[in-house]
Amino acid sequence: MQTTHHNGTEIDQALRAILGDVLGLGEAQVAAMNAGSGLFGHLPELDSMAVVSLLTEIEDRLDIVLEDDEIDGDLLETFGSLSDFLTAKRAVG
Amino acid sequence: MRLLGWTAPGGSEELVVCLGPVDAPVRLLILPAWFDEGNKTRRFVLDVMRHLAAAGVASMLPDLPGCNESRAPLSAQSLETWRAAGTAAASQLGATHVLAMRAAAAIAPPLPGWAYAPVAGKTVLRGLLRARVLGAREAGRTETSETLLTEGRLSGLDLAGYQLGAQMIADLADHELTQTGLTDIPQSSLGGAALWLRAEPDHDATQSAALAAILAEGLGR
Repeated sequence: MQTTHHNGTEIDQALRAILGDVLGLGEAQVAAMNAGSGLFGHLPELDSMAVVSLLTEIEDRLDIVLEDDEIDGDLLETFGSLSDFLTAKRAVG
Repeated sequence: MRLLGWTAPGGSEELVVCLGPVDAPVRLLILPAWFDEGNKTRRFVLDVMRHLAAAGVASMLPDLPGCNESRAPLSAQSLETWRAAGTAAASQLGATHVLAMRAAAAIAPPLPGWAYAPVAGKTVLRGLLRARVLGAREAGRTETSETLLTEGRLSGLDLAGYQLGAQMIADLADHELTQTGLTDIPQSSLGGAALWLRAEPDHDATQSAALAAILAEGLGR
């Protein structure tokens, strides 16, 4: 699937804010993330406990529920893959 | 800073960190956040206590049975034993008010006070189960939150290094965030990102000053 950009959408903004909070990044660093920015396996701080914080916060702020089988390495590969998945998940309801 | 003792209802001697004037008329019991969140917010809480002491407020931070320096087994604890511990600590330490951090809102004794960024027990458990599922997957094993929960309700579980008994698992799984008599202090009122979210533990002096200011004002100091 072609990775699309959702800059400026609610999900894009929420995801940037959450990543900033979990990783302790400043606004400029968060704003510089793009669809190809690597997440799990690319950022040493993002270990499995940090992934749990990230997912719990995503569920809380976007009011969605993520199932065990939806969470895999592909989902968390890049900013774009996570953003695309959440956009699709939100659209389904 | 004074390190004193108190006795939990189960008979265990527990430590409590006390700050502020010994004869202060206003005495705040602080029930810490649980598990990993407790570690990530410990420095923050102690900093809040120092600010409160400067404002003439005494504050007490007890170890719950099974946590921190406690020698009581964590696996023997439940929301009920922690609730009883909170009430016993409040009484033995002469608390006039309470600050419950995060999930500790579930066990706060009936005193006036605050709930800082309260979270339901079931949300805490969901995170712990997910950490275990992801950890198992990295190790090449398949576990699911659902089967773990079923097993945990029967015989307890080791979650992120915490040995939780069957009763605690069941209590957490069934705990929803309900209306308490406490005033909520949302994270957004402290002007920064929640410290328990941080992958690398960090401190934020602005936030501890902000929380202490809200508490001191509420306590009329």
